[in-house]
Amino acid sequence: MSIFWSLWIIVLTLTCLALVFWVLMANRKVAVRDDEDPENRTTGHVYDGIEEYDNPLPRWWFNLFLITMVFGLIYLVLFPGLGAWKGVLGWTSVGKLERDQERALESYEQSYGVFSSMSVEELIDNPKAMKMGARLFANNCSVCHGADAGGNYGFPDLTDNDWLYGGTPEKIRETLLHGRAGNMPPWGPVLGEKKISLITDYVLQLSGQEHDADAAAEGASLFAQNCATCHGADGKGMQTVGAPNLTDDIWLYEGSREGIMQSLRNGRANEMPAQKDLLREDKIHVLTAYVYSLSQE
Amino acid sequence: MTSQAATASTEVKYNYDVVRQFTVMTVVWGIVGMGIGVLLAAQLYWPALNDLVQPYTHFGRLRPLHTNAVIFAFGGCALFATSYYVVQRTCQAKLFGGPLVAFTFWGWQAVIVAAAITLPMGYTSAKEYAELEWPIDILITLVWVSYAICFFGTIVKRKTSHIYVANWFFGAFIVTVALLHIVNSMAVPVHMFKSYSMYSGAMDAMVQWWYGHNAVGFFLTAGFLGIMYYFVPKQAERPVYSYQLSIVHFWALISIYVWAGSHHLHYSALPDWAQSVGMVMSLILLAPSWGGMINGVLTLSGAWHKLRTDPTLRFLVVSLSFYGMSTFEGPMMSIKTVNALSHNTDWTIGHVHSGALGWVAMISIGACYHLIPQLYNRKEMWSVPLVNAHFWLATVGTVLYIASMWVNGLLQGLMWRAFNQDGSLTYSFVEALDASYPGYFVRFLGGAFFLTGMLLMAYNLYRTIEQEDEEPAQANQAVTA
Repeated sequence: MSIFWSLWIIVLTLTCLALVFWVLMANRKVAVRDDEDPENRTTGHVYDGIEEYDNPLPRWWFNLFLITMVFGLIYLVLFPGLGAWKGVLGWTSVGKLERDQERALESYEQSYGVFSSMSVEELIDNPKAMKMGARLFANNCSVCHGADAGGNYGFPDLTDNDWLYGGTPEKIRETLLHGRAGNMPPWGPVLGEKKISLITDYVLQLSGQEHDADAAAEGASLFAQNCATCHGADGKGMQTVGAPNLTDDIWLYEGSREGIMQSLRNGRANEMPAQKDLLREDKIHVLTAYVYSLSQE
Repeated sequence: MTSQAATASTEVKYNYDVVRQFTVMTVVWGIVGMGIGVLLAAQLYWPALNDLVQPYTHFGRLRPLHTNAVIFAFGGCALFATSYYVVQRTCQAKLFGGPLVAFTFWGWQAVIVAAAITLPMGYTSAKEYAELEWPIDILITLVWVSYAICFFGTIVKRKTSHIYVANWFFGAFIVTVALLHIVNSMAVPVHMFKSYSMYSGAMDAMVQWWYGHNAVGFFLTAGFLGIMYYFVPKQAERPVYSYQLSIVHFWALISIYVWAGSHHLHYSALPDWAQSVGMVMSLILLAPSWGGMINGVLTLSGAWHKLRTDPTLRFLVVSLSFYGMSTFEGPMMSIKTVNALSHNTDWTIGHVHSGALGWVAMISIGACYHLIPQLYNRKEMWSVPLVNAHFWLATVGTVLYIASMWVNGLLQGLMWRAFNQDGSLTYSFVEALDASYPGYFVRFLGGAFFLTGMLLMAYNLYRTIEQEDEEPAQANQAVTA
């Protein structure tokens, strides 16, 4: 903040308060004339029959006003408020957030830390770790993956044994730490509607759904040219790039003819955000075990 | 000598046509706006009601229509009616402006109808309480400038030596709302029904809440204090308690209110200094706000017995109690640590409605019950027991509404911030929502009570107007000291 704007704020704020203070003090007493009953003295103005008493300001109200003004001024000395003045206490909202986070880390980190020496396989048999993992999941993951981890349209089911990037503890940890970015490019502009339709028949055939056999035969060669790089020659997918298996009955988006065509035409983009900086290693270790446990029964 | 005789002797003929028009529309728009409010409350309890006529009846489209209808249609018409009535009578001058006066009525109704059409259609600038798109904003500006000309023109040609305190408040409200509306609505139009704010980021948020909070401070507070300063002493037939107090709290109120808007943006991207200044000014605002309540309530000293027989006076006095309560609650909620609990919960909605139902609506209704017999030359309303029934419906409705939202707000705030020993959240969002359901039902009930009262008022108004002419009202029985 430049000196000009800082002064601008300070002068405006203090002038406003000073004027209000002056109005308050200037009107705080009404001289009582001896010859009249002060209780019934009016200003002498009459408006449409309405008169006004000359009563003084109620004492408690006057005091209340002063107290709030004094409190306000003290607050503005202690805390940032008057332009670039940082306040005697050095308080900032960012500083408060950081202190809160540190305190949270201190008090919560060790409750996760005790599990860091145990393996994922050990943790899934530890009821306390699983309970904490379930809470972490409810707080951080359930919004997309569902409260039962059963997935949603565009968000994978974590309870089955079908994994986009792999379901070993190491792979799950990797997904949680660094996130994943799935990207299927749009084929509409490249292939055109006719070829997309042919490939769709082939994909329907792969997953054992109703399809046109002639079209699927034509689609097979198109698939080999365009799709096999990621989804594999047999259509079983490729975990290194997160390309889904197309031969089963599990669909991240829709498995209907229209759904598949839409995926082909417009592509799909998916993102699992990295949790490393948000949850940190110890929590992610517990969460890894919890997610791993979901598909182990 | 009664003031009516004074009026007759100076041969002033007041313009009551426009006051009658605005008074009737206050009741009509009150029913429309509160009716939509009750529908919205019902939608939160029975979500299927969103589907009445999709997408027009969706909560997201009706909610701004509700706020605009109750604030600017109901509240606005009440302010036009009362300010036009009060400024003429306390200045002993006929309303200035000629054809401009009629323009303010028809123009304002056009704004309301345009809002009622465009908001459900989804046209919005997305600024709270300033959702209307730019062509309507321009019409508002024209109406408002005309309003200022009519009002201040009348003040200029007044026959009294001083300007009565009610007119200070009406004047401050008119000037400041013009400023707020023009600055906040600055936008770049992309076509007839869409524009983008001229400001961006944290600055846009700050301008918006400078506007938003002063819509409360000047439209819903200063304007209605103007109503209070005429109708309370008039109905109680007592002098205003303290002239000194009115001077101090008027100047303090209008100087401090404009600073307070940033308390809507605590813990946001707004710089710390702006948040602190907003909080400090909000706290200092407590005494100036209460000044109005004290001056109104103490005006009744010596006339408390009238509350037993006069339901109109009861409306006015209870409105002051709710005003005092909300203006205590507001500064408390502006304290950062309290705000950390209350922000984004139903507490905020309860706070707004203790002001909107308890203060704004109740004082408008009380003022209308005073006005209607005067305007139609009747001794009193067609049915005083119906006024009394309205009073109880309104009071019980308001209490049900705000109590349920307090409970919900605290419940939500505490559930959202509850942690387990391992640092995870104790409750999911849905659990807090689930816990709020009983409160949503009570809120719906409170709203329905309040709306029923308004329907009684409409019927009573209709019967009062339709009544056979009788003796001219002794409207202003002996007020002179």
